[in-house]
Amino acid sequence: MNEREMLARFLRTDPRDVGCSEAIAVLHVYVDLIAAGQDAAGRYPGVAAHLAACGPCGDDFAGLLAAVTSEGPAT
Amino acid sequence: MQLAGSPTRELDEESASWLVRLISAVPAERQAAERELHETLLRIALAEVRRRSASTPVTGPELDDVAHQAASDAMLAVLAKLAEFRGESRFITWAYRFVILEVSSKLGRHYWRNPPVALDAAQWERLPDRLGLDPHQHAEAAGILAEVRHVVETELTPHQRRIFVAIVVDGIPLNALAEKLGLQRNAIYKVIFDTRRKIRHTLVAKGYLDEPGAGQR
Repeated sequence: MNEREMLARFLRTDPRDVGCSEAIAVLHVYVDLIAAGQDAAGRYPGVAAHLAACGPCGDDFAGLLAAVTSEGPAT
Repeated sequence: MQLAGSPTRELDEESASWLVRLISAVPAERQAAERELHETLLRIALAEVRRRSASTPVTGPELDDVAHQAASDAMLAVLAKLAEFRGESRFITWAYRFVILEVSSKLGRHYWRNPPVALDAAQWERLPDRLGLDPHQHAEAAGILAEVRHVVETELTPHQRRIFVAIVVDGIPLNALAEKLGLQRNAIYKVIFDTRRKIRHTLVAKGYLDEPGAGQR
């Protein structure tokens, strides 16, 4: 990736991005969908866009997913 | 079991069991459920602080203390908000979310006990690294950096500028800045989001970047 591509990637914003509050409000639902093998990003595209762009929310998502998957498959 | 506020949503067996026990009129049963939930939240909190240990200055027993505090605070929040659980997810996933967010918030707060960079340091000399640009190798990079700084200094309010400089120029973690300024994470994210758009529009207008494709703004 050259300098321009790196910069463009840093500055890219997704209009579907719902922001931190909305993403965190449904994070448990989103994670359960993933744990159940369902298309969470398809159902919540704005949440998927946000989690990909926001470091702290992405980290919370990773932590919650790790917590859920550490206990075995969702029923 | 069905929830009062959601008559058509059936709970899974495990979630229903948690709720029945946590609101039981039999003190011994309720207390046993609370102990079990706290143990579960503490296990998750300990795993979470270890997962985040590489990105926090907090170490050793202090990290375990953060986990214990997070589990206790999450426990109080879960019990206080039991009536708000709508069964959109498994109960335990809903409860885990509280403890993950508590860990996240508490570690953000700890950043300021020994911060590697002060608030308002404005280390503009570090911006090339932040943006992956090398002005010594390419004259174009110097122009881009000048435009970025121009946008930040002329198109942002003082509040927006302070946030952008702290996050992007000085590299302060977003959670830590939110704790320091007493702001919601979303308020800071919105400033960064809008500023990235402004900078990109300027760089496109000046010919430094191509027009973005459909689906971007």
